[in-house]
Amino acid sequence: MTSGTQVWDRKHLISMSDVTRDEIGHILETAASMREVNRREIKKVPTLRGKTVINLFYENSTRTRTSFELAGKRMSADVINVSVSTSSVAKGETLLDTLETLQAMTPDLLVLRHPESGAHAFLSRNLDTSIINAGDGRHEHPTQSLLDILTIKDQLPLIGKRGFEGLKVAICGDLLNSRVARSNAIGLKTLGAHVRWIGPPTLIPAQAEEAFGVEVFHDMDVGLEDVDVVMILRLQRERMQGAFIPSVREYFEFWGLNRQRLAKAQPNAIVMHPGPMNRGVEIASDVADDPERSVIRHQVGNGLAVRMAVLYHFAGSSVRKG
Amino acid sequence: MPNQREETLLTPQQTIETIDDMAKRIHADITRPEKRVVVGIRRGGAMVAEMVQQRLNTLLGIELPIGYLDITFYRDDLDTVGPNPVVGATDLTMNIDDQRIILVDDVLFSGRTIRAALNALFDYGRPEIVDLMVLVDRGGRQLPIQPDYVGKVVKTEENSRESIKLVKSGDEKLTVVRRFL
Amino acid sequence: MQDRNALLIKAGRVIDPANDRDETADILVVDGTIQDIGRLTDIPADTEIIDADGLTVIPGLVDMHVHLRDPGYEYKETIAGGSEAAAAGGVTAMATMANTKPVADDITVIRFILEKARLESLVNIFPIGAISKGLKGDEITEMGLLKKAGCVAFSDDGFPVMKSGVMRRALEYSRAFDVPVIQHAEDLSLVGCGCMNEGLICSRLGLQGIPNASEAIIVDRDLRLAELTGGRYHVAHISTLEAMEAVGKAQKKGLRVTCEAAPHHFTLTDTDIGDYNTNAKMAPPLRSQQDRNAIREGLARGIITAIATDHAPHDEDSKRVEFCNASNGVVGLETMLPLTLALVRDGVLTWKQAIAAVSWNPAGILGINRGTLSIGRPADITILAPEERWTVTKAALHGTAKNSCFIGHTMRGQVQKTLVSGRLVYSSERGIIRESAL
Repeated sequence: MTSGTQVWDRKHLISMSDVTRDEIGHILETAASMREVNRREIKKVPTLRGKTVINLFYENSTRTRTSFELAGKRMSADVINVSVSTSSVAKGETLLDTLETLQAMTPDLLVLRHPESGAHAFLSRNLDTSIINAGDGRHEHPTQSLLDILTIKDQLPLIGKRGFEGLKVAICGDLLNSRVARSNAIGLKTLGAHVRWIGPPTLIPAQAEEAFGVEVFHDMDVGLEDVDVVMILRLQRERMQGAFIPSVREYFEFWGLNRQRLAKAQPNAIVMHPGPMNRGVEIASDVADDPERSVIRHQVGNGLAVRMAVLYHFAGSSVRKG
Repeated sequence: MPNQREETLLTPQQTIETIDDMAKRIHADITRPEKRVVVGIRRGGAMVAEMVQQRLNTLLGIELPIGYLDITFYRDDLDTVGPNPVVGATDLTMNIDDQRIILVDDVLFSGRTIRAALNALFDYGRPEIVDLMVLVDRGGRQLPIQPDYVGKVVKTEENSRESIKLVKSGDEKLTVVRRFL
Repeated sequence: MQDRNALLIKAGRVIDPANDRDETADILVVDGTIQDIGRLTDIPADTEIIDADGLTVIPGLVDMHVHLRDPGYEYKETIAGGSEAAAAGGVTAMATMANTKPVADDITVIRFILEKARLESLVNIFPIGAISKGLKGDEITEMGLLKKAGCVAFSDDGFPVMKSGVMRRALEYSRAFDVPVIQHAEDLSLVGCGCMNEGLICSRLGLQGIPNASEAIIVDRDLRLAELTGGRYHVAHISTLEAMEAVGKAQKKGLRVTCEAAPHHFTLTDTDIGDYNTNAKMAPPLRSQQDRNAIREGLARGIITAIATDHAPHDEDSKRVEFCNASNGVVGLETMLPLTLALVRDGVLTWKQAIAAVSWNPAGILGINRGTLSIGRPADITILAPEERWTVTKAALHGTAKNSCFIGHTMRGQVQKTLVSGRLVYSSERGIIRESAL
């Protein structure tokens, strides 16, 4: 019934550096099967019946939280959503106390988003429950990376590539504050892709080249040359007060993706965005909505399938590793 | 690995003959061929299903629809053996409502795979009849599931440490092998 | 004499940099004072003998940078608990920073600390007064009165003095009393929300970084002010190549400038933060390999003459949180000596230089009568087994707080006995000794 002697024994998904090339492959394969489930009349399988997934979000999120919730439900898990506003955290209990309280309710998986980098690493040292990182501060967002990788994989024939080896991916915008950029740089490098980071110098992390093995560009027209995938990051408007960039107008002029700029990339290059988009800030509407180039809607659908696959693999392993 | 004793239960030629024989028996029972659908359970059952379908096509003179089920998401042993790293694809594009399904697997043992496959099947529709065809029945049932068509019955002792597997060789030939562990 | 108290530390390797001594010798202590050193004969019959054969005998350590959290944060550490950590670490004198609650910016607070120290402390405590009232960086404190009350230096440590004008006045005014002004050199507008060294590791961890320039800018500015005013300037816990070089240049010019390094800065780097270990979080942060090497070089070149721990006790809860929200600071009193000895083994310092850096030199900067084994001085003596190995664990630490960044590390060099004014306050067999009259 099972194939070979391999088993899935990873307990937490915190960073893309936690998963091997093979494991990424397995998750993507499973996600492909999950897409099949999502196309059925009855979009539900009994796999995680009797398992409890707690979605704990310390930051606002619509798509990630919804995606995890639906993923759990389609796998027949019991899903509880807990939203915690940061104001109530400031008043009261510590993160660890909250998590220990929830753990006492014996969930099988904790899906957690938290504004502080490293919150999950800290918790994983102090809790027994499997933790899935749904975003920690500026650190990582592994399921977003997995769904981005699945989306790119789907588009490889269109791009004209056989695999990730040698694929050129440009990640553009606010890299300093982006957990998506970090997870994607790690995940894509694991698969053998070349990754470029393009953005204003104030929004690039220190020693990015050495830290992530990426090529850094400040001139977007140069950076986009010959790339196969253009991934645009959301510019967090609240960061603009920190004087990282002088204005939205200036930002869009130099680092916004418009049609002329996209022309620098490969003719079949695809355009991605993790959402939610600021149209006219980091991406022009006609590019975002171009059905030939933009795969932004596919990303959302793949998000659901990837999260189902992640819940499947990690909920199962959590039971055995106890 | 300790030395494994191995025994061939069905040679490639015997496999073909056994499947041929079963196809004939199924054919004899078929009253409404237009309602018949062959469904193989991944992975071994899928290979047997393809051979049965081809034989039936020849005998019936029409092409029967064929589908594949991966029952990974329906297994009941996630807690004991954990998630399978490799999940195959389910491919059931035809409408199975009111159809008469020939569900095919390679080796029938506890019956749990068939239980999972029936659950999976019913998420796709409501078939009128499901017939079960297996290449080898090794006994040891844990659930009230019995096959309608059996190629070969193999007696195994309770708690015996052995496996019976359908093995595909490089030249696409199918052999049934019994291994004592 | 009936109540004469005599003690002989026999046949140890005595290292006393102040007297350029490194030889096997006996030390005779009478009534808490060093009476004689050498190959001593004619020892009075009632003398207690400590056999130091195979052991090294050094001046009790002087740690010029310690936070005792008392008064105000007694749940983190107390004068009593901190002094036990000191005793176990061979530290017999410590200068305590002013960021207590209330701030040590007033003579009443200094008197309270000294009185509490007299009652509860096993070791000598020398308070450091605040440079500015309430550590706010606006108005200088009553330095004259504070010195008279017992302050040996001034510092707003925990915070930098950000305003150049205030720092100028502090350096200028302090000249009247010949006291050092100790700066916590961090430009707060560059620190921002930073919580670790800016660089590769920081980028990977997705934390906000603190660039080297944040330290160098304040040090550069202060050196100009030291030149302008002629004041005595001391850089606390120097952590960067740039600041070290700047201090070296200023010393060459003849400015009255000194600096200290903390053992964590010359031992660890930002990679030791590992997977967000909050016990490796402090200000200034663990820096790069290049900076760590520069601090060692600064010690070797004599630019950095003092080793001080920046011992900063915290309760567990302050560290059992997300990295960014964890308190800054690590305890260091009990690992100071072995980490300093590692510099000797690594060829950075000679034995005499190393011992001077933890005793005579800081005592000199603070102008206190300690840090030497000279005849007539108080018998503050540490006896150590230089090769003895031990592992840092929470249980092995004696202070109230256990937030060491060296948990799990093996140390080489173990304190066997600590004497303060001739009184045994710690021995490796008996542990902390509170009521003893040797």
